[in-house]
Amino acid sequence: MSQASLQIVKISGHAGTVPGAGVERAEQVCKLVDTTTCIGCKACEVACLEWNGYTFAETTFDNTYQTMPQTAWNYWNLIKFNEHEREDGTLQLLMRKDQCMHCADPGCLAACPADGAIVQYANGIVDFQQQNCIGCGYCVSGCPFDIPKFNPSTKKMFKCTLCADRVTVGLEPACIKACPTGCLHFGTKDDMKVLAEDRAQQLREHFDFKDAGVYDPAGVGGTGVIYVLHDVKNPEAYGGLPRDPHVPWVVRIWKGPAKWLGNLAMLGGILGVTLHYLRFGPKEVGTSKDQGAQP
Amino acid sequence: MSVSPTISSVSAAGPRGGQILRYTFVERVNHWLAALTYIYCLMSGLAFWSPYLFWMAIVLGGGPTARFWHPWFGLIFTLSVFGMFQAWRVDMRITDADRAWKRAIRHYIRNEDEMLPPIGRFNYGQKLFFWLMFYGVIVLLVSGFALWFVESIPWSLRWLRYLAIFLHVTAGLATIGAFVIHVYMGTAMVRGGFTSIVRGEVSAAWARTHHRLWYERITQQKTSQN
Repeated sequence: MSQASLQIVKISGHAGTVPGAGVERAEQVCKLVDTTTCIGCKACEVACLEWNGYTFAETTFDNTYQTMPQTAWNYWNLIKFNEHEREDGTLQLLMRKDQCMHCADPGCLAACPADGAIVQYANGIVDFQQQNCIGCGYCVSGCPFDIPKFNPSTKKMFKCTLCADRVTVGLEPACIKACPTGCLHFGTKDDMKVLAEDRAQQLREHFDFKDAGVYDPAGVGGTGVIYVLHDVKNPEAYGGLPRDPHVPWVVRIWKGPAKWLGNLAMLGGILGVTLHYLRFGPKEVGTSKDQGAQP
Repeated sequence: MSVSPTISSVSAAGPRGGQILRYTFVERVNHWLAALTYIYCLMSGLAFWSPYLFWMAIVLGGGPTARFWHPWFGLIFTLSVFGMFQAWRVDMRITDADRAWKRAIRHYIRNEDEMLPPIGRFNYGQKLFFWLMFYGVIVLLVSGFALWFVESIPWSLRWLRYLAIFLHVTAGLATIGAFVIHVYMGTAMVRGGFTSIVRGEVSAAWARTHHRLWYERITQQKTSQN
């Protein structure tokens, strides 16, 4: 989605500085997903498809509520259903709305080589600009949440836009709009954090969820989607939510020191052969010494 | 088998007197196929490597086009290198003569070639280049497939994605270093080398100077044939 009206603060694969970054401040926007009040109705999934113009994909049946294994290039929002057995042997059905987390420190953007294919707006939304995408799939390796997906027919990458087009004009994201239980909230990051902490405290004090807490991982600088979890010490139980997500260190080195070392080595090689030529010159054969030495 | 082209080559070169066939037509075609496909992969790869070199992708038809062709040209390059392996692996074996030459390599660098021990069809540096490209292309092929079909690698095995990036970058940079030296030596430094890979022939003096054991081998074979 091209959002020319939103202020951009980070551009992928961009040589030089970001034009106009920092001239305008914006509120950080945030989705709050309270997994403790989600009923798994999938209204958010349908709203996402409707707003973004995709059709419902074919479902699969694996003896659980999970009708689709993971998000897809044309299915950006998916509730992950997890049957979790508690220590006392009782069953807990954990439901987590999975989508792009809109990291403050986005690994997809760090890995992307195409100028302007991934941008981060001043309001925190990380957005793919398909017209600049070259379809290399580096973002797949950069993302700690397994979110970017490849459309094989257009050879472009897609993911949740946090409804940047709606947010730009003052609307809440489509998934938030559709949620019937109010487990989804949308607002500024600061407000959502307060709301989430209040809810977690309520769960700890008034319910039997001693480890309830807020998932807003610091390893990626915090996220634009935060979760209230019954058990914040075990995020993996919620369909593979990583405990401590980071941009992979290989991606960091690749896009950081390795690039400068590699560039220096390449320049050094070119400089080296040039200096060799200037100092020693070519090897020439066929001077008078060699002529006639052999019939 | 690898020497058979050179046997006929000497006799074939008969009328031209003093010219020796160094690379057969097939060898030359294969070399230039490798060169062109490598340069495409090099330029598109550098475009994806650094934003400051992304203009190279524009030259090659734009980012998506360069991305589309990069793996396919890489496959053709791989096949071409395997063809070279088939043709040259015997001549590329590192021998005692090469080890002696390697100890005197400073004379080669300083153009004091008369102080170098005699060697066969390829010198130690050429052999090093060949084996680096051969093993390099295998690493690039395997890691390249992982990058090409990155979504096929399950999330639980995502360390393979990271390993593929590391290997592809490392092997790519290693081949670039070797490529810079190869192009320099083949065009500017060793006069006659570029003509030999284009037209296939070198002068007897050139062969005697740079590859005396090879020269002696093929001229003796020629004599015995006659």
